[in-house]
Order: sequence, then C-alpha cells, then structure tokens
Amino acid sequence: MKIITCIKQVPASTKVDVDPKTGVLIRDSRNVKMNPYDLYALEASFKIKEKVNNCIIEAITMGPPSAKKVLEEALYMGSDEAMLLSDRAFAGADVLATAYSLSQLIRNIGDYELIICGKQTTDGDTAQVGPEIAEFLGISHIPYVSRIIEVKEKYIVVRSDLEHHSEIIKINLPCLLTISEGDLVPRLPSYNRKIEFKDYKIKSLSLKDLQDQDKKHYGLEGSPTQVQEIFPPNKSRESVRVTGNNKVVSLELFKILKEKKFI
Amino acid sequence: MGYIKVNQEKVTPEIAKELQKLCPFNAFDYVDGELSINSGCKICKICVNKGPSGVCLFVEGEKQVKIDKTKYKGITVVIQQRHSQAHKVAWELIGKALELAKKTGEAVYAVAIGDNLTKIVEEALEYGVDKVFVYESPLLKDFNVERYTTVIEAFFKKYQVNTILFGGTPEGRSLAPRVAARLKTGLTADCTMLDILPDGDLLQIRPAFGGNIMAKIHTPNTRPQMATIRYKMFLAPEKVKPKGEVVYENIDKLNMHSNIIIKSYEEAQKVKDISEAEIIVAVGRAFKKKKDLDLILPLVKSLGAEIACTRPLVENGWIDPRRQIGLSGRTVKPKLLVNLGISGSIQFIEGMKESEMIISVNNDPDNKLFKISDYAILGDIYEVLPELTALIKDYMSNNL
Repeated sequence: MKIITCIKQVPASTKVDVDPKTGVLIRDSRNVKMNPYDLYALEASFKIKEKVNNCIIEAITMGPPSAKKVLEEALYMGSDEAMLLSDRAFAGADVLATAYSLSQLIRNIGDYELIICGKQTTDGDTAQVGPEIAEFLGISHIPYVSRIIEVKEKYIVVRSDLEHHSEIIKINLPCLLTISEGDLVPRLPSYNRKIEFKDYKIKSLSLKDLQDQDKKHYGLEGSPTQVQEIFPPNKSRESVRVTGNNKVVSLELFKILKEKKFI
Repeated sequence: MGYIKVNQEKVTPEIAKELQKLCPFNAFDYVDGELSINSGCKICKICVNKGPSGVCLFVEGEKQVKIDKTKYKGITVVIQQRHSQAHKVAWELIGKALELAKKTGEAVYAVAIGDNLTKIVEEALEYGVDKVFVYESPLLKDFNVERYTTVIEAFFKKYQVNTILFGGTPEGRSLAPRVAARLKTGLTADCTMLDILPDGDLLQIRPAFGGNIMAKIHTPNTRPQMATIRYKMFLAPEKVKPKGEVVYENIDKLNMHSNIIIKSYEEAQKVKDISEAEIIVAVGRAFKKKKDLDLILPLVKSLGAEIACTRPLVENGWIDPRRQIGLSGRTVKPKLLVNLGISGSIQFIEGMKESEMIISVNNDPDNKLFKISDYAILGDIYEVLPELTALIKDYMSNNL
C-alpha cells in the first residue's frame, strides 16, 4: 500500500500586525514549524502502516526550498520517503492553484491507495485544499476523520466527526482523508531515524517535472481569488463600561447578550 | 497576474537584508550576491511599494481573456439539511443574500438537496427567496459529497448563477471545495463579512494568517463566486409572505455513483474541549463556595456555553483542570467569553485575550480584565446573576 501524506510548513507564531502608518505586515517570518494538524495526518498514516503489509508512506509538501525541514521531520517521525515541490511559478497560489499543483505532483508520483491531509492549516485555516486535491484527482474524500477503524486492500473504514454527529464510513480505495485530532497522539521524531536518514536526499521537483506545465494553471495566474487588500481588524476593545444599580446593569447585560444573538 | 522581478544591479547586502526583513512571507533568498524570490511569494507587492525604490518591480503578466460577467446572475444559497431539517445557517445566508441583492438587483435563490423537502422549501420561501430549486430523491436523502457536488455542478451549468454561498459547517466545508475544484473557480472559506459591488463582484472578507489580520478577497475573472460562512455570522431575515417560485429539478440524468457507504451514525455526546468552545462562561475567585457556582447554570444553558475557570477554582477542586483558562491551562478563543468575578491575572489574560467578544462582570472597577473587555459590567455577581436568571427565564417563557 502506498500512502501520500501532504504536509505544510507554517509560521510558528500567528501573531501578525499591520503597521498602521505604512500598511506593511509585521510578522516574524523566520520562525516556522510543521502545521500542527499535519502531525495528526502523519500519525494516522503510521497507524495505517501498522495495520497492513508492505506499506510505504511518502510525505510531500509545496513551498520554498527551506520547507525541506518539515519533510525531514516527517522522515524522522516515520515516513519512508519525502518529496518537495518548489518553483517560483507557484508563487501567489490560492486554494485552487495550490490544490491543483499538489494534484499534479501526486499524479507524478503515480500509484497510491491513500492520500492523507491534516484537517486544515493554521496559516490559511481554509480546510479546503484536501477536498480540492481529491476532486482534481477524481477520487473520493472523507473530511474530519478521527479514527481509522479498518484497513483492507480495497477499502478503508473510518470515523468522521461532523458538527453534531459522527459517521462510520466505508470507502473504496483510492481516496483522500483529512484528519482531525481524534484519539491520535502524534509521535516525536526519533533520533535513530535521524541517523538512518543521514544520507537520504529529499527529492525536489519543479514545474518542468509536472505533466501540465502551462504556467497559467499555477501560482497567481492560476488563482481565481485575489487578495485586494489586507487591513487590521477593528479592535473593538474600546471598552463599554456599564454601571448603575444591580437591576440596571443586569438588564443591560441581558440586552447585550440578546442583541448579539447569544441568547 | 504577473510576477515580481528583482533588479540585481541595485542589490547590495544591506538591501537584501532589508527586503528579507520586509517580506512577510520569507520569500527572499540571498545566495552568492544574488537576491531571488522563492515560491513563498504571495505577490503582495510590499517589496515593490514599500521596499527600496527600483529594486523590486512588478511585471504584468499576459492579459487574461475576460469572461462576460453580465451573463451570470443570481445569488444562491445552498441549504444544508439532515433528517429533512434545514441547518439554520441557511436562513442567515439568505438574509445576507437579500441584503446584497439590493445593491445589484439580482434575484436570490435557494437550492435544496435531499428527500422530503416540503417543509424546507416552505421555510425558504417564507424567508423571502425568489426561487427555490429542489433536487429531491431518496439517493440524496443523506449528505453525500460526491452526489451533492454533481447536483450543484448541474445547477450551475443550467442557471449560470453569479454567486453561491454555503454554510461553514463540516459538511459545507467539505462540499464547497469539491464544487469549486469541479467548476475551476474560487472559494473563500469562513468569510466574516460579505459585500458586493454594483456589477456583482463579491467582496469576501475574512481573517488571514491566524486571525489578527483581515483580508478582502475577490474573484475577478471566474464564476461562480463562492464562499462559506459560519453559523451565527449573519442575521436571519424577518419572515415574509411567500412570493417565490418553486422549481423541481430532475436528477435522472445525473451520475449518482458513490464510493462512500455510511455504515452507521453516532450522535455526538462527547465532552467538549474548552479550547474549541464557541461560547464560554468563566468563573473566578469571587465565587465563595462550590455550591454558588449553580448561580451560573441558567446563563450557561441559555447561551449553550461551556464552563471554564481560573486556577484557584481548580486548586479548590471545584472544577475539572481541563476547564482551566490560562498559561497553565488552555488557551481559548471563543466567539463570546463571559467572565464572572475574575480579577484577571496576566496568566489568565494570555489564555483568553484573543476571544472575539469579552464581557466581564466584576464589582472592582479597577480589575485588569475590564481594559480588555468589550463590555465591562460593574456589579456584584451575587446580585447580577439572580437578576439575569430572572430576565432569561422571563424571555424564554415568552418565546416558546
């Protein structure tokens, strides 16, 4: 069985500010880490590997060359292979262009039974790339998988957690799963594996390695959505002070809750 | 479209350093005296506009073939249902769609997919839509992302609508991207605001980079324009006398194949992690004994809130440690946090300051929490809570 696990490098801190004078984004871009939800995606992959014979896990990512770091981490945690997709042609990609690029990379890798993604990333927070990859590859997907119940040659049984209920789903392979935390506890990178992979060369692919090399399908040009403007949120913490006797403030509190639709 | 070009002749090590610092996406590599841009670039053009003059240039790409946007008309809301009950987010989206339609003169449509949809169709009409398109079949009874994608694809191909809105529920967040990829169009997740230009261009506003920056996004040259919006972002409209039309669609020609077999359903009853909670009522040291915590229960119930607390209450053994907010507990970011009798240690504040709305009740006018609260209610919890309970009970009994 071949599993392709999609991971992403994200900023370690989500603290971003806009300089009110210049409109420039201020963020600490040097600190990066693996998207925390991808740790669960990897762990789910390892759990599946334990259940079947001859299973190969390949971690993939798209990003700048420095994104190799998260692939190394994936290898030290338990992935067998790792591959980077990196090209300036992918710059400015929105969800559609990102999912399309990754689907092209996956087509390049070829035979697979499972594609596993984290449920979302902490920088984009869209939860959309996984389902879009599945659609581009013409395979089914199950979102918010919290448990792997059964793995067979032709199908897999998983539990998917939705808003107020869960579904136990049997799905034919190949398919794509997005993983939410569930019962999984991600393992730590192992020192022994680090030694083992000392001479491992992470493969790096660019646009010219893909089947579809039409630049119009990638990056900013392949992105139907465009960011028009970035601006700081209304910091509405200009505190409204409510005073008076207890009856008055209680009524005021009740009105606020009702007006804001919380009651 | 286009890309950023670096004018290498002007690059000095200092300039390279400056640009690396300026770029929010870590997209500049400076190797062997050459400054290059890697795939981290989002083409935000900060380096062009705010960087040293003449070093970074924006090069326009090939002009795209423009689509004729006037051919696409109508704002559509996809109604999500389970057991023939609509998810209420749909009515809120219809409310927003009606508001947007006033600016463009477009019609507002609802699409209902499922089985036994009579009640949902009636409700949609009562909320004032111009047309409800109904895809009814036992095959569509339960949510199935493959089949529902095919239905919406067929709907769009037939009616060429301008905009499609989905509820940001787990199902909506699974379905909408599938539809977007099939129609090769844009989709913005979890918009917190929507606006529209007179020509029908949808402005999709949402937090970016984890929440403290907002981005205004548009879909300049593809249709439909699509967005998901979470429950309780907008208001459902007042019900009106139905004037809309019902259009029953046939699915016989659609491919209803599915690789997904749902073996069973389980209704969720698990304990919520407070870090995921959308509404939290937090209690602090002003509560003198464990029994007094009962005072908050009517409020908690009417808000549908999770209970959280400060460290002293955990140390007292009154509340489970998993419900502690703060540096040694959990970080929370709910839509609403109500703090009751909490003085606001720095450890506590670090764990909750990103909450969307903060209301604090305290009888100490100088407590630290008031400064970061949207509403600072000066009052004694032992007086305010019983009053509030009476108001809630009164309201509930009048609105059943």
